[in-house]
Amino acid sequence: MPQSPNLEQPDRPWLIRTYSGHSSAEASNALYRSNLAAGQTGLSVAFDLPTQTGYDSDHPLARGEVGKVGVPICHIDDMTTLFDQIPLDRMNTSMTINATAAWLLALYVAAAERQGVAQDKLQGTTQNDIIKEYLSRGTYVFPPEASIRTTSDIVAYTVEAIPKWNPINICSYHLQEAGATPVQEIAFAMANAVAVLDAVRDRDDVPEETIGRVFGRISFFLNAGIRFVEETCKCRAMTALWAELGRERYGIDDERMLRFRYGVQVNSLGLSEAQPENNIVRIALEALGVTLSRDARTRSLQLPAWNEALGLPRPWDQQLSLRTQQILAYETDLLEYPDLFDGSHVVEARTAALLDDARTEMHKILEMGGAVSAIENAYMKQALVESHTRRIRAIERGEQTVVGVNRFEETADSPLTADGDASILKVDDSAERDQVERLLGFRGRRNTAEAEAALKGIEDALKNGDNIVPASIRAAHAGVTTGEWSDTLRRLFGEYRAPTGVAAARTVAAGDDNEALRARTEELSEALGRRPKILVGKPGLDGHSNGAEQIAVKARDVGLEVVYDGIRLTPEEIVQSARDEGVHVIGLSILSGSHSILVRDVLQRLEKEGLGNLPVIVGGIIPDDDAAELLAAGVKRIYTPKDFDLTRIMGDIVDIVGEAAR
Amino acid sequence: MTAEQSQRVMRLLEGLAAGERGAISEALNLVDDRRSEEREAALRLLDGLAQRADTPGSSPHVHHRVGITGAPGAGKSSLLNALVENLHSEAASIGIIAVDPSSQRSGGALLGDRMRLSGGARESGVFLRSMAARDRLGGLADATHASAAVLSSVFDWVFIETVGVGQSECEVADLVDTLVFVAQPGAGDTLQFMKAGILELPDIFVVNKADIGPVAERTRSELQATLGLTGPGDGENWQAPVLLASAQDRQGIDALIESIAAHWDHRLARGQLAERRARGQVAFAIESLARRYGDYGLAQLGGPQAIARRLEAPREGSIFGAVLEIGQQIEAEIRGA
Repeated sequence: MPQSPNLEQPDRPWLIRTYSGHSSAEASNALYRSNLAAGQTGLSVAFDLPTQTGYDSDHPLARGEVGKVGVPICHIDDMTTLFDQIPLDRMNTSMTINATAAWLLALYVAAAERQGVAQDKLQGTTQNDIIKEYLSRGTYVFPPEASIRTTSDIVAYTVEAIPKWNPINICSYHLQEAGATPVQEIAFAMANAVAVLDAVRDRDDVPEETIGRVFGRISFFLNAGIRFVEETCKCRAMTALWAELGRERYGIDDERMLRFRYGVQVNSLGLSEAQPENNIVRIALEALGVTLSRDARTRSLQLPAWNEALGLPRPWDQQLSLRTQQILAYETDLLEYPDLFDGSHVVEARTAALLDDARTEMHKILEMGGAVSAIENAYMKQALVESHTRRIRAIERGEQTVVGVNRFEETADSPLTADGDASILKVDDSAERDQVERLLGFRGRRNTAEAEAALKGIEDALKNGDNIVPASIRAAHAGVTTGEWSDTLRRLFGEYRAPTGVAAARTVAAGDDNEALRARTEELSEALGRRPKILVGKPGLDGHSNGAEQIAVKARDVGLEVVYDGIRLTPEEIVQSARDEGVHVIGLSILSGSHSILVRDVLQRLEKEGLGNLPVIVGGIIPDDDAAELLAAGVKRIYTPKDFDLTRIMGDIVDIVGEAAR
Repeated sequence: MTAEQSQRVMRLLEGLAAGERGAISEALNLVDDRRSEEREAALRLLDGLAQRADTPGSSPHVHHRVGITGAPGAGKSSLLNALVENLHSEAASIGIIAVDPSSQRSGGALLGDRMRLSGGARESGVFLRSMAARDRLGGLADATHASAAVLSSVFDWVFIETVGVGQSECEVADLVDTLVFVAQPGAGDTLQFMKAGILELPDIFVVNKADIGPVAERTRSELQATLGLTGPGDGENWQAPVLLASAQDRQGIDALIESIAAHWDHRLARGQLAERRARGQVAFAIESLARRYGDYGLAQLGGPQAIARRLEAPREGSIFGAVLEIGQQIEAEIRGA
């Protein structure tokens, strides 16, 4: 072995994970076991959208979504199957679950108990961060105040009963995906953490001396972009700001509790569909950004697959990401050194600048009443939409280089994608049917009276202001389903639709490539007799609204009238809105892989309404084969991540409306 | 008008009578159409509707037009959402026009975003058309009046939601039977509105966000005190009440509905409804003529008062045709001059 100056005190490797899950509990269990056998050291569970938004697999809104972006978990049997032959007392499991976090935690505890593992032995993380769901990811269900309550229930419960659990993973990850600058990423995440911590501190059942332990259990989930030097500085700035918050706002002086602990999924936003093999290099560099600085090194890392912008990754694609981590952790000498940047005035200066700006921005939010207020008044959302618009514009104009996308575009044929759609994973359409069958079987088998009593217990806990977790664990054992648990909360809390942030978004930057398009819009308005009107719709449960929002803002900026009603609409609602609003064109955005079913449904309903001539365009992660089918079914145009030029897309739309009017 | 166009008008009139949503939507598109070749068809349609009993009849809450206005952020949309949900449970049919500002730069607009119908309101089959204010800062879209005529020929309740910035209060007051002003607790805007003379227009004031407590109560007292200065009601005159409501907690929503209904009954009992609509129509017509032709244009036909007298005189067909005719005359005069 080569000599190194610090062999006595090497750092321990971070937890090596891959965000995964698909089709069914059984298929996902097989995947987890093979990943663990390949050297993965922790699990990261991806749930499907119905599970994340609190619907059983047989709910109408779940149609087309079951098993698509993750595993469907409806009840205790699904959960025990998911962890079959995986001893939960020795596993560290991260669950990306938010609105229904208390329920999935309850199912996890119940599944562990059925393995004979007591809950205080469990280790892992529930994401449980609703605020970023309102801002970016869109799997919220309940209004902000109610959400903060269930979030703080989980914190208050686990800090005593499951002491090694991270009850919440404050996510700045999704903020960067939504366009956040490093300063916004830091400031918004910290404001978010303050909202949760204040809520926990104000609880009657959390003694004052516990707040230090609570603080110590809050973890973060960061993004790592391609500007990896700045990302290193960002991690160092967050480490400093977090300790500062702990000392000053919560009076904590125990250094161990003040440690900033975070996991990372590296950036998907910057992964390109063009020359996708370049992503392999991007991913490795982004991983460096969050591992280089030992004092601010990530505790766990998940790398996306190189072909994410094309569709779902295959096992081989995930293996490549796993090997990338293993090379970094075990093959290089990275872990052998103390912090490489000790004494670097360059890194210190950048870190200090980020810290200053982020602190100012954070206080601005706290002064307007904190993160919840900044959700309700759309301050944060609007800031993100604007940042994202700036980013897209910079790429369109070539001010920001993306290799293979807006520079060095020429390419030899890639053997990696030569097989077309064989280079991605296709989820078997029978997965949904099988899952629904298992669900119906389960409902038939369980003791209905017990399940109903357990649901009543949840309702009572909610009404009495008791912690919802114990009642949920009882309900998990009693055979309650994900949809039933969520419906009980929906009835008492109501459902929420978050501000989209687009209406108030300012037109970013003046000097103007929109000018020419505006003139064409004016001409078209004359011909139509009124201004062209577009409906931008997001059908299904997918809440990734960044693309739809950018289209909406751009359409307004070139002079169109835009109807955008936010996420999670049924095809029926979309068609009704298109008709009532008298639009000239419909744009649908879908990233969850359920495009085939949902788009067809919209087309059929339009036909039935006598609106068969209304042009429909679709944007999303849509494999070539599916795109061909949808075009044949009548969709006018399909846009995928490689179509980054919004001005060109808008030009197409104006043309399409013009043609349809003739 | 071509034979094809007149057939289309007939078809739309029938469709509207039957409450078909496709026909409602198409009729709204038609009255919004600025092409001169469509203008006559639109007028014929509006004339047809005017001959129907869309004017207030004996049965309450049929074709009742309610304006919802207030400063941005006062919670108009969520309050309207709550209203719609409660009315829906009474099986009332509801149409909504939501007017949003247009971008002064591009002429484009983002619509509907603030009218986030949720829960029961989303499932209630409410008809929602959002409109851009187009070239008018803070005003109503030109076609709003005609659109309201289309919707109120079909629905029991028609709500018209606008962002209140002064000008639009006056315009929407001309357009509706009952004007509701949504105030924000503690916003301190009472004085501003009083200065602008806007507090004389609304028929009902509602302080929203009552859930935040004493501040809402204080704003209510302030408003009440200010309104008291404008003179008490004397039984004949409607005295605008100041209500408290919370869209979030669903408090005070039924009381607001009752108050809106009481206002209708009050007007109905005194035969003021038809008169108010006629007056409003004339005011709106003058406004839109002035916008198009300016003071100079209006002066060609003797000024706004003279034109108003012409519009108030008995006529065949709807006011929309009369406006078109006056416009043509003004154009002819200007050309002649």
